[in-house]
Amino acid sequence: MFDTLDRRALLQGSGALIVSFALRPAASLAADKAAALPSKPVAIDEVDSFLAIGRDGRVTVFSGKVDLGTGVETAMTQIAAEELDVPMARVHIVQGDTALTPDQGPTYGSQSIQIGGMQLRQAAATARKALLTMASQKLGAPVEALTVADGVVTAPGGKHVAYGDLIGDKRFTAKLDKDAPAKDPKNYKLVGQSARRLDIPDKVTARFTYMQDARVPGMLHGRVVRPTAIGATLESVDESSVRGIPDLVKVVREGNFLGVVARSEWGAIRAAQALKATWSGGGGLPDQAKLWEHVRNTKIVKEEPTSTVGDADAVLNGAAKKLSATYDFAIHTHGSIGPSCAIATFADDQLTVWTASQATHALRQQLAKMMAMPAEKVRAIYVEGAGCYGRNGHEDAAGDAALMARAVGKPVRVQWMRADEHGWDPKGPPTLIDCKAALGPDGAVAAWRTDFYIPQGGAGPVPLIAADLAKLPYDVGLFPGGIQGNSAIPYKFAAVATRVHRLETTPFRPSWIRTPGRMQNTFANESFLDELAAAANADPLEFRLRYLDDARGKELLQRLGTFAKWQKRTGPRTTPSADKATGRGLAYVFYELNRTYVGAVADVEVDRKSGDVRVTRFAVVQDCGQIINPDGVRNQIEGNVIQTVSRTLKEQLTWDSNLVTSVDWSSYPILTFPEVPVIDIDLVERQTEKPWGAGEPSAAVIAPAISNAVFDAVGARLRSVPFTPDKVQAALRAT
Amino acid sequence: MPRALTLQVNGRSAKVETDDPDMPLLYALRDGLGLHGPKFGCGLGQCGACTVLIDGEAVRSCVTPLSAVAAKAKITTLEGLGKDGKPHPLQQAFIDEQAVQCGYCINGMIMQSAALLRTNNKPDEAAIREALANNLCRCGTHARIVRAVQRATSV
Repeated sequence: MFDTLDRRALLQGSGALIVSFALRPAASLAADKAAALPSKPVAIDEVDSFLAIGRDGRVTVFSGKVDLGTGVETAMTQIAAEELDVPMARVHIVQGDTALTPDQGPTYGSQSIQIGGMQLRQAAATARKALLTMASQKLGAPVEALTVADGVVTAPGGKHVAYGDLIGDKRFTAKLDKDAPAKDPKNYKLVGQSARRLDIPDKVTARFTYMQDARVPGMLHGRVVRPTAIGATLESVDESSVRGIPDLVKVVREGNFLGVVARSEWGAIRAAQALKATWSGGGGLPDQAKLWEHVRNTKIVKEEPTSTVGDADAVLNGAAKKLSATYDFAIHTHGSIGPSCAIATFADDQLTVWTASQATHALRQQLAKMMAMPAEKVRAIYVEGAGCYGRNGHEDAAGDAALMARAVGKPVRVQWMRADEHGWDPKGPPTLIDCKAALGPDGAVAAWRTDFYIPQGGAGPVPLIAADLAKLPYDVGLFPGGIQGNSAIPYKFAAVATRVHRLETTPFRPSWIRTPGRMQNTFANESFLDELAAAANADPLEFRLRYLDDARGKELLQRLGTFAKWQKRTGPRTTPSADKATGRGLAYVFYELNRTYVGAVADVEVDRKSGDVRVTRFAVVQDCGQIINPDGVRNQIEGNVIQTVSRTLKEQLTWDSNLVTSVDWSSYPILTFPEVPVIDIDLVERQTEKPWGAGEPSAAVIAPAISNAVFDAVGARLRSVPFTPDKVQAALRAT
Repeated sequence: MPRALTLQVNGRSAKVETDDPDMPLLYALRDGLGLHGPKFGCGLGQCGACTVLIDGEAVRSCVTPLSAVAAKAKITTLEGLGKDGKPHPLQQAFIDEQAVQCGYCINGMIMQSAALLRTNNKPDEAAIREALANNLCRCGTHARIVRAVQRATSV
């Protein structure tokens, strides 16, 4: 009774097309192929783990780092094609498949190119060296005399052999060779060029298959029904409440996990909405109005000094001129435009999940633990989804799908609804920072002390909601990411103490969101530094330069001054009479004090009456070392600016005693088109240096640059993100 | 009993079956017809990822019940925007400006802009920003999107 849909006919054919709803998938993933695990090395030190060359000369790259919408697929293609001297069109990338790609760690932390790309480069350089050795024997010419173009090795005199004829479909069986010579950057043809992104043509014409578009044969649709309170217990489920929904297959209940599976997606949505369940308990969330009190009163379980120079406390105690301020940064959600989605299927004792997870290898372990299966029997395959900006709900959706697929014995696709995404994705935790400093009589910074109150834990297996609710095994703990980064500062003050106080708990399941911790910590550091500069009657740019001893950092700041046409000033330009005041502010970061320099100048307009802050322009200068694709880096910087202006001006989670209440885009507004600033970008070219991360660093300087610009405009300090109109008005009253 | 409805999608007549006339059009397009253009983003008409054109007007398909779609209404999705196998000028402009990051919102950006260009073939930057004010992008591709729409109008 159901016709198979021929999608192409709908797009290109003519005449009437009859289709029905719709058990036949439109674009199928190869579930049957997935069931048989291909045998291929995935060890991190094997060339064959990273690439294969076919008889036809096609190069397949296996990348554990995945494209989260950032363009790294294109950049990886450039890197591999460059080292091997093949056209980009001949390189195909397989991403994030636990059966096929090496475990290069999660795709996070601005490490895809810096670490993953360099592993790939070394694999390609090793492969090239092996290919040249083979060619040397075959062509009877020394390696040094050989040249390569378009995947063809040529000897003096013109004898030549193609890669495909040397290695075609065979393995290199070689370890990654650290000494295999990578190409001299001066000979680059592809790296450093703004190659057009490979995915864009399909994305703008709807030929692209996102995770959310993927279908497998025989697939059912699942939706989750979350508790009415965090920590609530499921007392009973009234299945009669969904009996009238014809497509319903099953109500899945396991512990406190509740979900519905239906033949159609709409059937699943209707069932999830209609299902009546009784929950008890909850009410454990702290009062939002007293969040910072709550944070301050949370038990500290670990003290982490992140830098110490001299005795800052002694200097502060004896100082005549002291400043202190407290900064805080709200809880944020990832806010992916496409809610998290996954498909799971069990076949031949194996669990296969298709997922937009940024960490398929880690997810595989989590699913194996949760389902009490050996990890070898779990395969996680990456399919690109909507941007996630960190560990959002994609992994959780995979856990939900696995649980429901097991319950019904068929493949199940789960997509979260908007409220599931906003309500239940893990959150960027609240951050509270106390800052103190002493100024000497000459205006020099005599001591700097900062105290960061942040949850314990690092990056790791953020617990899957399904495992937690269903009372199945998982790794207990908090995993907020590397949020201590940039608590220490690049400035050479006489006495420095930066102290991280690790809190036992945090109100919501934490995870990393773009520039985790580094954004919050830099907000406090760079805003407070601006306070010191003003107190010392110093220009904010000169003040920073005075305390930097890093030539590359100084060069960057000087370049920012020129690029942004920075005008020296020693205090706010405040024009008290005007309703609308404009100002400029500056901020700088040396990312994690070991990579990527960024400086930014924000232009703002502050409406004194309404308290509205409008960011009109951002100038950004970045030095991230070697750049693989300049336009890709610019795209990332633009994204960082806009997303972080949004986070800084608008975003904060809201909740009651039971649940998150900011569960849609009207209760959790983000920046809209009319509010987006003009963005000017200047990239420092250093093609002979190592490439450093570009996906996160520029997000670190946005909030402090805005805060400092508001001070310039109206003389008021904004120390609490987001800079909502009520907070701006309060700050204005306090001046 | 499922009821068959006829829809005019991308220049063809297509029948979909549903037992719920209140089902949003989005699910008929995605699950029934296998189209990938319109996306589920919020189900609330807030983000624009699901946007399609109905008789040239931009419509949020996630909150448009099938019962409200006339049998003769001409529905265009991102798949049907181009002609003769060629991308629509807007699609080409998005490629030329590299106006995509993850791209999940881009369906809405292009479809909303297509509706704008019907009534204003030379919108200035402010008009483009205003027209897209209810289309959300999380990656921060806005500046490129505006440039792409401007480029499409200058062809």
